Amino acid sequence: MLLDVKNLKTYFYSKRGVLRAVDNVSIGVNRREFISIVGESGCGKSTLAYSIIRLIDTPGKIVNGKILFDGKNLVELSEEEMRKLRGREIGMVFQDPMTSLDPLEKIGEQIVETIIEHQDVDKKEAWERAAILLEKVGLSGDRVNYYPHQLSGGQRQRVMIALAVSLNPKLLIADEPTTALDVIVQEKIMDLLEGMKRENRAVILITHDFALAADRSDKIAVMYAGWLIEFGEADKLANEPLHPYSEGLISSVPDVWEDRDIKPMPGFPPDLIDPPKGCRFRPRCPKAMDKCINEPPTFSVNGRIVKCWLYGENK
Amino acid sequence: MIEVKNLKKYFPVQKSAIEVLLSKKIEYIRAVDGISFKVEKGEVLSLVGESGCGKTTTGRILVGLEDPTDGKIIFKGKDITKLDKEEFRKVRRHLQMIFQDPYASLNPKMKIGEHIEDPLIIHNIADNKEARELALQMLERVGLVPADQFYNRLPYQLSGGQRQRVAIARAMILKPEFVVADEPVSMIDVSLRAAILDLLMSFKAEYSLSMLFITHDLSVARVVGDRIAVMYLGKIVEIGETRKVIHRPKHPYTAALLSAVPSFLKREIKIEIIGDVANPRDPPPGCKYHPRCPFAKEICSKEEPKLEGKKHLAACHFPLDLNL
Repeated sequence: MLLDVKNLKTYFYSKRGVLRAVDNVSIGVNRREFISIVGESGCGKSTLAYSIIRLIDTPGKIVNGKILFDGKNLVELSEEEMRKLRGREIGMVFQDPMTSLDPLEKIGEQIVETIIEHQDVDKKEAWERAAILLEKVGLSGDRVNYYPHQLSGGQRQRVMIALAVSLNPKLLIADEPTTALDVIVQEKIMDLLEGMKRENRAVILITHDFALAADRSDKIAVMYAGWLIEFGEADKLANEPLHPYSEGLISSVPDVWEDRDIKPMPGFPPDLIDPPKGCRFRPRCPKAMDKCINEPPTFSVNGRIVKCWLYGENK
Repeated sequence: MIEVKNLKKYFPVQKSAIEVLLSKKIEYIRAVDGISFKVEKGEVLSLVGESGCGKTTTGRILVGLEDPTDGKIIFKGKDITKLDKEEFRKVRRHLQMIFQDPYASLNPKMKIGEHIEDPLIIHNIADNKEARELALQMLERVGLVPADQFYNRLPYQLSGGQRQRVAIARAMILKPEFVVADEPVSMIDVSLRAAILDLLMSFKAEYSLSMLFITHDLSVARVVGDRIAVMYLGKIVEIGETRKVIHRPKHPYTAALLSAVPSFLKREIKIEIIGDVANPRDPPPGCKYHPRCPFAKEICSKEEPKLEGKKHLAACHFPLDLNL
């Protein structure tokens, strides 16, 4: 296994209290695997991603758990060791490329800087590599001389992917990389991300779009209110969700090809400073039982992980 | 109900001082470039396209937030682009808009209840007491209960989904006849979207509303719209009944859009689209889509195709014959 997150807890300490953004999450990612983490805003999916690369700032803190990556426990590494690892071992693509690109520098320079910073190559070779990287993500090599503002949103996201893979990482984490983009551009960016598997990389895609996850991934992890509530093979999970939240979310979204009976989900996600007692989905759950007043453990059903009392031994 | 004829909106391009000094010619971006369509009573027309295609500008023109460069908008038998201010004010109450961003469309200092009363008072439909009563009823109708508590809240105390309910309440309080909904669910949490769409559709049924539903998402268009119009670079390239446009697209752009939509049913269709969208300052000659079209032939770069057909129209020299 390339990445093995065990019992991870990342909490934020605010004046109002402790916000349990990621609460006891365990998830494994194999080499060459495409995993999507699906959930609504505030469910903890981005916090999970940022925890993996240890980019959690105060008032946030990883308070428990292990993040085993290629044999190392990232939680225990020093900031200096983490800095070397970011980019080189784990690449990251963010939602808004403009926040990560320097508007005053040519994109070539930005890629060259990254390469030179981490690898022992001279400037000339680094520029050549930058051009090759851009071609790999579908931009012509002469774009090294462009400034970010001269590119479209989709092109900038391609540059971000080129930057993210410039040091040949084993894992690529993409946080809502196409949310701000049109579907046609999204499709092309997703093709690129999917192609990462052929280059021996694993991909973690953070998204709120269940159809996109079903369309592209090998496995899907569903998060709700800081919990990982279901995790398993993408096709099976999308066609036959076990957790009532996954089921509700899937049946609330329309699909372009079929007439679905769209069912709105009642209620809204809880406040994570004061979440409901027991199962955090209980107030919205159509299948809630007496038992749900206690927190459900994580059950394993035919290789699927599901955090719900419906799948307990004697329900 | 509402008919748009050859509607155009050209925006002058902002130039630097030097550019202005060196050239007297003003350049324009043709955001909306001669489009025509009708929306019947009780009908929803989805206007679909990528960002920058002119769909939002079209919506804004229809409710009077933007003046058209040319064209007619016939509403209740009158061309509303020709009305003077006072006449337009009378028509305006029948034309409402719901915006994409519920965080930007509400006044942060105004109580929720006042947002909903406001239109009633502006249009002299109710006095303060009646307006309050109607606002409370409306809050209840859009699911913001207990209504008297929501009435006194401020926008920051509400979630995105709740704010969008306020925006819908504000638009519906005047019982409009035509509503433009501009991506009303794209900024809302996924699990709450279906409920907002349901709410909109319930008003549509209750008031026999006509609606222009602007969206980039064809799967949403499938559920809400009786018909779909697809826009590309300021032009309508295809328009027809929802099922027909989705399952039997005629225009290569529509087909490419459809094949890019992520779906739970993994369909193995792949209609190619080449490169990126052209710069709207300098659109290609002939069919504006031809540089991206895998089926383009010589004529496509020379002659602009007309929007043709009976009930299902497409602007293409070589329309597709697909059954998806």
